[in-house]
Amino acid sequence: MNLFSSGLETVTTDETTKRMMWVTQMRCIQNGDKAAFAEVFSYFAPRVKSFLMKSGATADVAEECAQDVMATLWRKAHLFDPGKASVSTWIFTIARNRRIDMIRKDRRPEPEELTWGPEAEPDQADQIALQQETDQLGQALAQLPEKQRKLIEDAYFGDLSHSEIAAKTGLPLGTIKSRIRLALDRLRHAMK
Amino acid sequence: MMTPIKHHLTDALLMGYSAGSLPEAFNLIVATHISMCDDCRAALAEYDALGGEVMMSGDPAELAEDSLKAALALIADNAFRKEDAKQAPKPDTVFPTPLQNYVGGDLKDVKWRRIGGGVSQMMLSTSDKATVRLLRIPAGTAVPDHGHKGTELTLVLQGAFSDEEDRFNVGDVEVANEDLTHTPVAEPGQDCICLSATDAPLAFKGLIPRMAQKFIDI
Repeated sequence: MNLFSSGLETVTTDETTKRMMWVTQMRCIQNGDKAAFAEVFSYFAPRVKSFLMKSGATADVAEECAQDVMATLWRKAHLFDPGKASVSTWIFTIARNRRIDMIRKDRRPEPEELTWGPEAEPDQADQIALQQETDQLGQALAQLPEKQRKLIEDAYFGDLSHSEIAAKTGLPLGTIKSRIRLALDRLRHAMK
Repeated sequence: MMTPIKHHLTDALLMGYSAGSLPEAFNLIVATHISMCDDCRAALAEYDALGGEVMMSGDPAELAEDSLKAALALIADNAFRKEDAKQAPKPDTVFPTPLQNYVGGDLKDVKWRRIGGGVSQMMLSTSDKATVRLLRIPAGTAVPDHGHKGTELTLVLQGAFSDEEDRFNVGDVEVANEDLTHTPVAEPGQDCICLSATDAPLAFKGLIPRMAQKFIDI
């Protein structure tokens, strides 16, 4: 992929390496490593807090909620699957759920869990590709015209109703979906 | 697996569910559909990734001085929170797990109430920003013309129905807005069971009698 891009390649590689480093830290946390937790905390907790404040929480509530999100990360570390999500994606889903519990108080039932049982540890190359694609999505978001980016941010800060959410994001969506879709197909096949 | 799903969730619904800003009744439709549809499950994963990137793109906030210490104390406290129960699918059920949690069981456990014309329903309890109900339309029966206020989402759980738009099979979702007036007809052979949610503001109170009246007129 991206055989013809030149300028961004080094940046992408660096960013992907950084993302893979967080995956490694999650492995350490799964084994009860508190130093790894402290590192993940110092990088992600301020961003979770910032996200919650932009979603309408006061600084105090956001602080408490961010601590709670990071404690949940520790408790659920064994559920993190780098073949399905990058660390930032996974932390976002925890933060979103806590925001609903603590701030908005509207229930959000989860889909049925798939039993990923028979599948082996996700392939390292797949993991790296997923990190890369997530990174590219982040870069595409950063490069959107201000107005368009603001609309997407407002949607995630919970400021827009579903009928106000723009159907066209202007983002090159589809890559991550295809990758996850393939993984699901493999899983369904393995379950047969 | 079943017949391939043809009618999926819209991008706006997937993004709203990912953001956590939908009313509970719509969340239930989305969670139930995704339980049946790998395509939308994968699409949701991508919207979650986008949410992660939005979260990471903001300037980091300053933490309280004892923030890490407080988080470590939460971890040490065993009473902190019970592990959320895994939503593992139960074999041989008609309803996916999230829906079963609202019904208090599977299709056989539904407490149907007749609303006229042979149609029955069970209202499910959610926050009042939108309402959601199960509908049972006898095979071959038409639900008379009805318009919509706000948005109406209908997910087929058993059987199938057709209207002016298309045919809707198990797993399919029809997203109807104010501009759609349709006459859904349940296909012969099997009763059609649907999960239907609407965010019609307050019109709800008058809607049931109006619908009931229409059914009786058949």
